[in-house]
Amino acid sequence: MRRTAAAGLALGMTAALLCGAVLAVEPDERLRDPALEQRARAISANVRCLVCQGQSIDESDASLARDLRLLVRERLAAGDSDDQVRTYLTARYGAYILQKPPLQPRTWPLWFGPLAFLALALAAGVALFRRRRIQ
Amino acid sequence: MRKRLLFLVPLAAFVALAAAFYLGLGRDPTLIPSPLIGRPVPPFTAAALLPDHPGLSSSDLKGQVQIVNVFASWCVPCRAEHPLITDLSAQGLVVHGLNWKDKPDDARAWLSELGTPYRRVGSDLTGRAGINLGVYGVPETYVIDADGVVRYKYTGPLQERIVQNEILPLLRALQQ
Repeated sequence: MRRTAAAGLALGMTAALLCGAVLAVEPDERLRDPALEQRARAISANVRCLVCQGQSIDESDASLARDLRLLVRERLAAGDSDDQVRTYLTARYGAYILQKPPLQPRTWPLWFGPLAFLALALAAGVALFRRRRIQ
Repeated sequence: MRKRLLFLVPLAAFVALAAAFYLGLGRDPTLIPSPLIGRPVPPFTAAALLPDHPGLSSSDLKGQVQIVNVFASWCVPCRAEHPLITDLSAQGLVVHGLNWKDKPDDARAWLSELGTPYRRVGSDLTGRAGINLGVYGVPETYVIDADGVVRYKYTGPLQERIVQNEILPLLRALQQ
């Protein structure tokens, strides 16, 4: 009896934890057109909240996050493409407002650095292995 | 001989990384540089907050070197930097205020308590003017040159050393 109770509790708690991501989008912000709203959510998930910088504006409760969510929806309703909305934001706040860094020569070390280090380590490992084999 | 020195490569890489990280320790990663530096002030308008000071819009920011200070009555660091703003204004510099996401009555009370060092005071109720300027918190201070180009932005409350080492030299250079 105790075992099944414990198992049930564990299962229940896991289910509760997996219940879905934290959202801050409020009902009065949502666009009526579901396709546009979907695009707004997709774009917002990649826009950094500048006040709570670890979160996207989709997740953050900050007042500026709400302003930016409304701005994204406004631009989409005005007919902007996804790229145009992103350009609108980066023109005002810089590239850092997007959570995914842009792929430019300036950010190549950021994107490819870890891979490069891994390749270097593998090459060193192979060279060491070969040396040991010869001996 | 070459193969013996190969062991220095990881050491050199480590030293380089350590130096880079050490230099980064003194910086604040939450500060976001403005993409507007060197570009014209983006269009915005902010209605007048006070009866005796006109409102602020981007078209006003031409013809002379001007400073725009973004503030709010609910912002504690704004209160801390207010004496420095008053100083700048007292020196004869043109300083304008942009009241960001604030209740006009609260802002008026705040200014009447602390004094209004601004020539123009605009009220940005929704934060939309601020978004065009790239405002993401208060206080922020912008220096705009006579051609209407943004030359400098400081995020956070002004401090004496910032005014002395960064702002005043810039103003002197711009006024030549």
